[in-house]
Amino acid sequence: MRLFATLVTATGLVWFAAIAWAYVDSRAQFEGILDRRLMEAARMVDSLFTPVQAEVARRPDGAGAALGRVVSYDRHLSCQIWSLDGRLIGASAGAPDPSLSDQREGFSNGVVDGQAWRVFALSDPAKGFRILVGDNLGQRRQLEHGLVGSLLLTASCVLPILAPLIWFSVGRGLRPLNRATRDLAARDADNLERVEVGQMPSEIRPLVDALNRLFGKVVAAREHERTFLAYAAHELRTPLAGLKTQVQVAMQAPDATMRDTALAQTLSAVDQSARLVQQLLTVSRLDSSVRPIATAWIPVEERLRDLLAAMDGLPALERIAFAPGVMTLEIRMDEDLFDLAMRNLMENALLMTPPDGVITWDAVLGADGGAILSITDDGPGIAEAERALVIRRFVRGSRRAKLGSGLGLAIVTMALEQSGARLQLAGRDGSPGLRASAIFGPRLARRATPATARL
Amino acid sequence: MRILVLEDDPMLSDGLISGLSLHGMSVECVSTCSDAVSIFDAAHYSAAILDLMLPDGSGLDVLSHIRARDNTMPVMILTAIDAVADRIAGLDRGADDYMGKPFDLGELAARLRVMIRRAAGRANPIFTWRDLTIALSHRSVTRAGIVLSLSRREFTVLEALIERPGRVLSRSQLEARLYGWNEEIGSNALEVHVHNLRAKIGRDAIETVRGLGYRIREDRA
Repeated sequence: MRLFATLVTATGLVWFAAIAWAYVDSRAQFEGILDRRLMEAARMVDSLFTPVQAEVARRPDGAGAALGRVVSYDRHLSCQIWSLDGRLIGASAGAPDPSLSDQREGFSNGVVDGQAWRVFALSDPAKGFRILVGDNLGQRRQLEHGLVGSLLLTASCVLPILAPLIWFSVGRGLRPLNRATRDLAARDADNLERVEVGQMPSEIRPLVDALNRLFGKVVAAREHERTFLAYAAHELRTPLAGLKTQVQVAMQAPDATMRDTALAQTLSAVDQSARLVQQLLTVSRLDSSVRPIATAWIPVEERLRDLLAAMDGLPALERIAFAPGVMTLEIRMDEDLFDLAMRNLMENALLMTPPDGVITWDAVLGADGGAILSITDDGPGIAEAERALVIRRFVRGSRRAKLGSGLGLAIVTMALEQSGARLQLAGRDGSPGLRASAIFGPRLARRATPATARL
Repeated sequence: MRILVLEDDPMLSDGLISGLSLHGMSVECVSTCSDAVSIFDAAHYSAAILDLMLPDGSGLDVLSHIRARDNTMPVMILTAIDAVADRIAGLDRGADDYMGKPFDLGELAARLRVMIRRAAGRANPIFTWRDLTIALSHRSVTRAGIVLSLSRREFTVLEALIERPGRVLSRSQLEARLYGWNEEIGSNALEVHVHNLRAKIGRDAIETVRGLGYRIREDRA
């Protein structure tokens, strides 16, 4: 309704503006045409009226009649012919008696006998008379008003026809929108299916497409959240179930061996749950934070050794070797994210590698300032088909470690991706084991020089 | 009662093996769907407990596999995914029961007993055979009103045989019920248990079928 009112008002305004402009413009042209007519009439009278006729007319016996015939060619115009000495030689029928103008030459406006006149004066000294041709301005106005009147009449006839046409077109144009609105309003809150585009006119298709894209995103986010919750529930409740079962076994155990085993398992279940909660908190922190781009350079080997020294419970330092490439490498990355990613990679390697196994860090620096920092273990590895899966949250390889939460590699992936790097998992040529590589993009790595190494 | 558990959490598997053994059940555990499928195809179990989220798939697929082969073994789904919609989906896929984690060990054992009893076509949890009354839930046996003292293994043998009087159970079938995968079996251990059992419930209760195994006589007192 508002749209309709706006359109009708706008159309009406445009019409009236057009009429006003037409009025002003045509009035100016009209005046010009009528003025030219006055001039031409005066010249015509001048050319037709000879000195002989003037002589005849000068005689006192009513020559006006003959003259009247000559000049009454247009009843709209009034014509007077005056001798140069101020006598009225002749006048058209209906012309007033007093002189129409005192001017000798050109246009003038004046009032004669209470009426306004537009007069053109033409003096002909050779013939000895002055011709005055005048228009009654009252009649001119009537003509102009007649013109405007017909314009207004047209407009007032057209607008009532236009209004239903606008009403009809607007209604028809908005019908698909109304239908889409009705469809959407009738939906259940959790119905996020696509809006059918089939019969939509092209005008609202972009809107519907945008809406459908939004629906798609919401569905994906919901699905992601649902999966995450399902996995989180599974991962949190399974160790709790283990814990409860082991406690019940310990309480019902007929002998000390069984009870002690169950209690030891209980401790382990508590450790697992604690670690999982820690990882979950880390994931939610990584999810919600956007960190500024790091500017500090991390001396990789030093940092990795510090991390290893801080990992208690794992006799780690002597089991991990560093290739020469790592020793001079520096990486530009947020220190917390670096710690998080590398600690998880090292924990995985240590958990999966047998006690006498070998774990190696090595690195390759690219010409573009990129780098590949890899940790290789000789544990069971991850089957190729599973490698893409294990970096997803809560997905574990089939050869899982006892302490794994299923979040470690997902955390590594998130931490690296926030730093412009990515994780790549590969097997080892010819032997079991896993090679996990952090691949850093251009300008994120450099070779430490003695000068920078001190900084 | 021989139960197969499909569960990828080692702690919980260990708890189920110990805990259900306290209820006289012999439990074997696998941690992947593929292992479960190949074992179900090869061996017989009284019941199965399936987790749903496993490294190589869903327990529901294992369930569908079992049912597609007309295997009527009772199946319990034991999972952390226990919203009503999930329970309905699990039961409709062919599960006999559904429990959420964490669970009570006693309740799990009771539900397993119910499933196994129902699968054998019985509603009454108490067996009577001649002058014997056997209450599976309490694992108690009375003979003519006097409570007998049976060891866990002896009760397991009696329980296996009494499930279907008249049916012969082979030596290996009985041993499978008595021992888990990793337990050592003495060469004449089964004979010792049967011998002791006969002494307690009556010499002629258990019949030796030469070359086949043992059975309880079908005739009822």
